[in-house]
Amino acid sequence: MELTLDDFLLVSGLLFAIGFAGVLLRRNIIIIFMSLEIMLNAANLSLVAFSRFQVQANGLPNYNGQMLVFFIITVAAAEVAVGLAVIVALYRARQTTHVEDISSLKF
Amino acid sequence: MTAILFWIFSALMLGFACAVVLNRNPVASALSLVISFVGLAALFVMLNAYFLGVIQVLVYAGAVMVLFLFIIMLLDLKAEERRKMNIGVLAGGVAVAAAFVLQLTTIIGDLPYGSRAFPPLRLDTVQNPGILNDVQNVGRILFSGYNLPFQVVGVLLLVATVGVVVLSKRELK
Repeated sequence: MELTLDDFLLVSGLLFAIGFAGVLLRRNIIIIFMSLEIMLNAANLSLVAFSRFQVQANGLPNYNGQMLVFFIITVAAAEVAVGLAVIVALYRARQTTHVEDISSLKF
Repeated sequence: MTAILFWIFSALMLGFACAVVLNRNPVASALSLVISFVGLAALFVMLNAYFLGVIQVLVYAGAVMVLFLFIIMLLDLKAEERRKMNIGVLAGGVAVAAAFVLQLTTIIGDLPYGSRAFPPLRLDTVQNPGILNDVQNVGRILFSGYNLPFQVVGVLLLVATVGVVVLSKRELK
């Protein structure tokens, strides 16, 4: 059986759905953060697949998609650092990582 | 052969992604996340994106996982105690994710070139003289077409570093 672009997009979509369900279902702020990373990486997988399946005239994959993935990985690393610092500051103030205990901004 | 490996690594990636969401212990979730991302790196290599595969392992298995584990152990988080789940939230979350998957499966066959097999690359020097390897190609494009975004990302990393230091100070003045 030959692999097609659809297979990669399906796997990428399933990975995104798992991360999405994690954000909606879990109440631990660190697990929510990990699920966000999963969703970012699902987008990366579909970008790399599109890049590979669009071969250019010089016989190389389309590197523009891979560039976007490179920038996404960089921004995600910065985001993890800042987000975890915020979580530590929050834990210092409230002694909890449970999102339902953090409701002072809730209307 | 490629198809078998693809499905093995996809199953590994999706299975451990499920484990991230389902585990009650945050340390187990963080380690499952790493295995899931190693599976993703294998898929990148399968798609001839060797540089991104290496970067994925370095950044996620190296840096991000260590950061997550460090924070989990710094805060000394135990396995979450079972709380009464809000049944509406549970049903809503599952329904939205299931609706997304359903929409995906109906739309996935409609892409005009979606059912095309791997188009061949010309990667050897006989067919394509003067070809560079993957890292050299990425570097050339990064420093020519994407030079400004690359430098902006450098500034972003600097800002993130300064921001983390400020946030981690004991008290904000």
